[in-house]
Amino acid sequence: MEALTLLLHGFAVLLTWKTLALMLVGLLLGIFVGVLPGLGGPNGVAILLPLTFTMDPTSAIVMLSCIYWGALFGGAITSILFNIPGEAWSVATTFDGYPMAQQGKAAEALTAAFTSSFIGSLVAVLLITFLAPRIASFALRFGPPEFFAVYLLTFCSFVGLGREDKHKTIISMAFGLLLAAIGMDTVSGQLRMTFGFDPLLRGVNFLVAVIGLFGISEILLTMEERLALRGHAAAISLRVVLKVWRELPRYWVTLLRSSAIGCWLGITPGGAIAASFMGYNLAKRFARDPSSFGKGRIEGVFAPETAAHASGTAALLPMLALGIPGSGTAAILLGGLMVWGLNPGPLLFVEHKDFVWGLIASMYLGNVVGLVIVLTTVPIFASILRIPFAAVAPMIVVSCAIGAYAIQNAMFDVWLMLLFGVVGYVFKKIGIPLAPFTLALVLGNRSEDAFRLSMIGAGGDLRVFWSNGLVGSITTLAFILLLWPLIGRIFESAGRFLRPAKT
Amino acid sequence: MLRALYVNGTMPPSETEIVVEDPTAPSDNSPAVTTRRTVEVVVYLVLIGLALLLGFDNWRSGMGWAKDGPQSGYLPFYLCVILAGASLFGLGVAFLRRTDVARTFVTRDQLRRVMQVFVPTFLFVLLVQWLGIYVASFLLVAGFMRLIGRIAWWKSLVTSFLFTLIMFLTFEVAFDVIMPKGPIEAVFGF
Repeated sequence: MEALTLLLHGFAVLLTWKTLALMLVGLLLGIFVGVLPGLGGPNGVAILLPLTFTMDPTSAIVMLSCIYWGALFGGAITSILFNIPGEAWSVATTFDGYPMAQQGKAAEALTAAFTSSFIGSLVAVLLITFLAPRIASFALRFGPPEFFAVYLLTFCSFVGLGREDKHKTIISMAFGLLLAAIGMDTVSGQLRMTFGFDPLLRGVNFLVAVIGLFGISEILLTMEERLALRGHAAAISLRVVLKVWRELPRYWVTLLRSSAIGCWLGITPGGAIAASFMGYNLAKRFARDPSSFGKGRIEGVFAPETAAHASGTAALLPMLALGIPGSGTAAILLGGLMVWGLNPGPLLFVEHKDFVWGLIASMYLGNVVGLVIVLTTVPIFASILRIPFAAVAPMIVVSCAIGAYAIQNAMFDVWLMLLFGVVGYVFKKIGIPLAPFTLALVLGNRSEDAFRLSMIGAGGDLRVFWSNGLVGSITTLAFILLLWPLIGRIFESAGRFLRPAKT
Repeated sequence: MLRALYVNGTMPPSETEIVVEDPTAPSDNSPAVTTRRTVEVVVYLVLIGLALLLGFDNWRSGMGWAKDGPQSGYLPFYLCVILAGASLFGLGVAFLRRTDVARTFVTRDQLRRVMQVFVPTFLFVLLVQWLGIYVASFLLVAGFMRLIGRIAWWKSLVTSFLFTLIMFLTFEVAFDVIMPKGPIEAVFGF
């Protein structure tokens, strides 16, 4: 029960007026960004990151994670009222959420969405509270070879398990790792790929790239779309909330199933998108009358929302315990940690107890406060969509530029941000995924250091990655995941070969 | 364009409706500028070129295996090889693919709208270097709202001024973040 004591300590860190005010501001900004068309969690965190540069790390991460929770809540509003998923993982919410709104049950659908988001996050936070410290203390024994093996596992699982074209994932990852290597080589002090160009000495900053990729490029993509909307305005009354909550226990199987799926896919890089669809499909498959899904069934809102939010929250577990982000947003938060001078990894739980437990406590508090805010302010936020995009777009551009400049006080970075905006736009349109790129850029230097330190330790012998049971099994698992599509195909054809023999 | 028109709902009796119009939305039958395949091919060629250039630099700085492990160019060099290999594979796929060859990358209307954001953003970054970020941001927001959003002059100017002022107070006064500043801030002693 050590975790509980530490958690209480975390709440104590959190309960100052300043931190609470920052939480509130973060949540409101997050909901605002989440409601805006095309912008969601990672965009909000990337755009608003510069606000936190001068804060102490605990306040900064509390505010950023609250922006993230807020954006997650906000995404549900547009999905249900306007049939516009703010994020890819809200797509499944529109299946039953929008029909409910059309039938005049918008308030019920919104309450269901917010409540199930809350439940999903809560389950994942509980998991983080009790599992993350254990994983971290286990990982304290890791040396460079083990860490490299874990990084390798992360990269390989992205390639092997991703749904995009394999060569596109590999391009995205190799490109990110290459850009991460630009500048001073941390092991030998040699300059790499700078071509005598001074601004490149410091390398390509991760956050500058992220602001370009998730801020500027998203604005360009949004402008392409038809921005006309038509939807319902809804206010939520206490009566409706209580009515939905009374029905809640009836759906406990769905909620539990979706939470479990979400937690699992959040920790592994399956992601919230897969989780929301899987949650929805499984709820449909196990339902007594599957045909009623898609016509405005409240369970069809519960299932994907719970899974998506459990997954979005659980993605923070590997980031806290091992320093490996489980999602794009977690990667950005990880980049933030480095800006504030914290070294992500298992040592965080030992060296920065206040920070870690403050963050975990803020996940509890942020979700409770967030739930109350969205339930009471839906009408206001729905009307944000009436603000012309022509006013919002330039303001986002300015925020991005301020952020890019503030990181290293370099004008070069602002130009770089613009370049990454274009790169992100083109990559997204031809189907090159950005998540592997983000992950590679943030983990590139750390994984190279781990590799070379283990090489120095082992005298250049690659067998160090199979030198004991732990590192050996992680490395082997990494290769299995990398080759998973091939292995899967072999099993499939073997199965086809065997089946006629059986019958 | 992009003007939000709020029409008080008459459709469902119990609820109000939110309707936002987008009169200059890209039309669905606007002609395509390029196909997705063309862009893919160009991107792969650029990536291959980049891989060659960076690979050469790493080869120069030592891509071998020293006694105690890789030299500093080793990993980046092989990353270049992987990048070039995957891009070549992509080129092959793009050329051999029979289905959806002519899928549109961007239509003329869409490109026009994207440029309406990109060009002002580019000019904004250019202006930041002489005028500082605050004056440039005032010009960007006001100009964008007026010229592209067709919002009334006074609304554009007031909104833009307030936004810039809030940014200035937040970053310069409250949080003390250093930002590029120009002659106008200098007049006021910042």
